[in-house]
Amino acid sequence: MSDMDRLRWSCRRGLLELDLVLQRFLNEEYSSLGAEQRETFKRLLGLQDNELLDLAMGRADTSDEKFGELVNLMRK
Amino acid sequence: MSYPVRKFDAVIVGAGGAGLRAALQLSEAGCKVAVLSKVFPTRSHTVAAQGGVGAALANMGEDSWHWHMYDTVKGSDWLGDQDAIEFMCREAPKSVIELEHFGMPFDRNENGSVYQRPFGGHMQNFGAGPPSQRSCCAADRTGHAMLHTLYQRNVRSNTHFFVEWMALDLIRDSSGQAVGVTAMEMETGEVSIFHSKAVLFATGGAGRVYASSTNAFINTGDGLGIVSRAGIPLEDMEFWQFHPTGVAGAGVLITEGVRGEGGYLLNKDGERFMERYAPNAKDLASRDVVARAMATEIKDGRGCGDNADHVMLKLDHLGEELIESKLPGIREISKKFANVDPVKDPIPVVPTCHYMMGGIPTNYRGEVVAPSGENKEAIVPGLFAAGECACASVHGANRLGTNSLTDLLVFGKSAGNSTVEFLKQNREHKDLPRDAGDLTRERLDRLNNQTNGESVSEVGAALRQTMQRNCGVFRFPDLLANGVAEIKEVEQRVMRTQISDKSKVFNTARIEALELDNLIEVAMASLVSAEARQESRGAHDRADFSDRDDENWLKHTLWFKEGNRLDYKPVHMNPLTAETIEPKVRTY
Ligand SMILES: Cc1cc2nc3c(=O)[nH]c(=O)nc-3n(C[C@H](O)[C@H](O)[C@H](O)COP(=O)(O)OP(=O)(O)OC[C@H]3O[C@@H](n4cnc5c(N)ncnc54)[C@H](O)[C@@H]3O)c2cc1C
Repeated sequence: MSDMDRLRWSCRRGLLELDLVLQRFLNEEYSSLGAEQRETFKRLLGLQDNELLDLAMGRADTSDEKFGELVNLMRK
Repeated sequence: MSYPVRKFDAVIVGAGGAGLRAALQLSEAGCKVAVLSKVFPTRSHTVAAQGGVGAALANMGEDSWHWHMYDTVKGSDWLGDQDAIEFMCREAPKSVIELEHFGMPFDRNENGSVYQRPFGGHMQNFGAGPPSQRSCCAADRTGHAMLHTLYQRNVRSNTHFFVEWMALDLIRDSSGQAVGVTAMEMETGEVSIFHSKAVLFATGGAGRVYASSTNAFINTGDGLGIVSRAGIPLEDMEFWQFHPTGVAGAGVLITEGVRGEGGYLLNKDGERFMERYAPNAKDLASRDVVARAMATEIKDGRGCGDNADHVMLKLDHLGEELIESKLPGIREISKKFANVDPVKDPIPVVPTCHYMMGGIPTNYRGEVVAPSGENKEAIVPGLFAAGECACASVHGANRLGTNSLTDLLVFGKSAGNSTVEFLKQNREHKDLPRDAGDLTRERLDRLNNQTNGESVSEVGAALRQTMQRNCGVFRFPDLLANGVAEIKEVEQRVMRTQISDKSKVFNTARIEALELDNLIEVAMASLVSAEARQESRGAHDRADFSDRDDENWLKHTLWFKEGNRLDYKPVHMNPLTAETIEPKVRTY
């Protein structure tokens, strides 16, 4: 199974904002991520919708450095 | 080869607020219940609800269920069924307190009672005012908190969840009774039959039929598509609520709480135009009144921006502190999706599709009803529905803000109770019909074997644009006729969709093609119903018939997929115990 298939569906969320942010991320940023960052992205997708949106929107910060790198890309 | 069969007492399709609330009734009654969801339950669209849940708790001043009922009937432009509305408004306070006992973290007053905010269309004294503070919230995370509270409670009650399973078709036996559904496990692409004594749909809304929508991508009206393929009509599909304030260009919602806290709308001349349209309630008027006013300003050339296609929502006068404390999130949303800091500048906004008033016809017990012989509301045995996918009908031609979460709690529970009752009377599984699963197999085979077909994303875009252009917040006869013709062409294309990736595992392309099969039923029902209704009522606003016409149109529309035909049934004007609220001109 290609990870991309599973990831695409994991990017389907209850919040339109998150659908938009994650779709953009998947299309524009994901391909340039290294293997470790891709694993981190999977972990990031495990967050609750509002938690994840808060990070992506800069409403909250994360102490997890690895999350931080990806979140910065999302905030672009 | 036939599909594998799994047996449950009941299957609930959908794990948003309505599905979870219904599931709880069943699990706590000891029934074996399967809950299917396309996404993890707490990622259901209910998570998006920010504004709150309406209930006349009277924590902030005088209030009563009867006033709430009056506002809801008036909001519905008298198309709501008054028995269902009375039921909802009377049950609402109990439902909210029950949720509080389940652990819902509502905002509180100093005395410990649940804090309640004002919200558009909710008034004291049978509409006379002043505005009533009726909306109970958990900061701006009400839906999120509700889903978590209900999910935890279901886990405790051993509800069986089937996460990332997509229901495809309803199975009815020769008597018409619902005996199960087919569903696909996304991870493997395998289809199973869920054989049950009862089926309950709680699949939420279908806002993705419009190009500009506040709805998440998963809101594709699957429950509506499924039942319409199984011969059950869809009710009042011409009524779509447009949220007045979606960020122009993105669809992302700016909560009405902004206006509740004192934000207001401006046209290009800087005029606070709602004063002209609703002198009393102004920017707190019911949302369809606000959306129409905005569309009028835009149509008459008073819109803002290069294309004069939006208006401005001003809140900088509220001050940074209030914006940060009472409206957290709004500032970042504006920055990210509109490129504007609302502490300094107004936000560009446009009416955006938000909520589906119509749906699967039910009574206030959550039983699905459909015409049979002379009876326009014969109960379909074993079939139940609740939440946004259902039409009880409490929202009629227009839903009041905060009444949807109320609907989920009250009718989720009511449909759950009716299902429990049904299971007591029907202890055995009825046999599956011999052709169970055939429809699903035909659809999947068609999709897999299609050659020279159409791209799902292109046909989907055509569908959304057809709806947006021809069936928007303002409706013109030529556009409606055009829309019906166009959507029939789109329908032909939907029947020829093709996917290049045939793999079974998490095949998003296949899922989207199957979702499109549901969206087309919703779009067709909406356009055909809208073209036929020659009046303006609530959210259905026609340029050629500007008034409500109670003599001819005080009735519910029923659209049938078979023959693409319409039927009508009377509105329930008699409440359960209260007196009828007689139709009046609806002004705010
Ligand atoms: C941005 C926004 C803000 C809102 N704010 C408010 C508010 O403040 N107050 C208020 O009262 N209302 C509000 N609403 C409306 C309200 O949130 C919705 O009407 C309500 O949450 C719908 O809940 P539901 O349980 O019917 O459906 P949903 O929460 O949408 O859940 C649908 C469920 O069905 C599942 N599903 C769908 N199709 C299938 C399938 N084929 N197979 C398996 N599972 C399936 C999904 O996975 C999901 O679990 C808001 C709506 C939006 C868009």
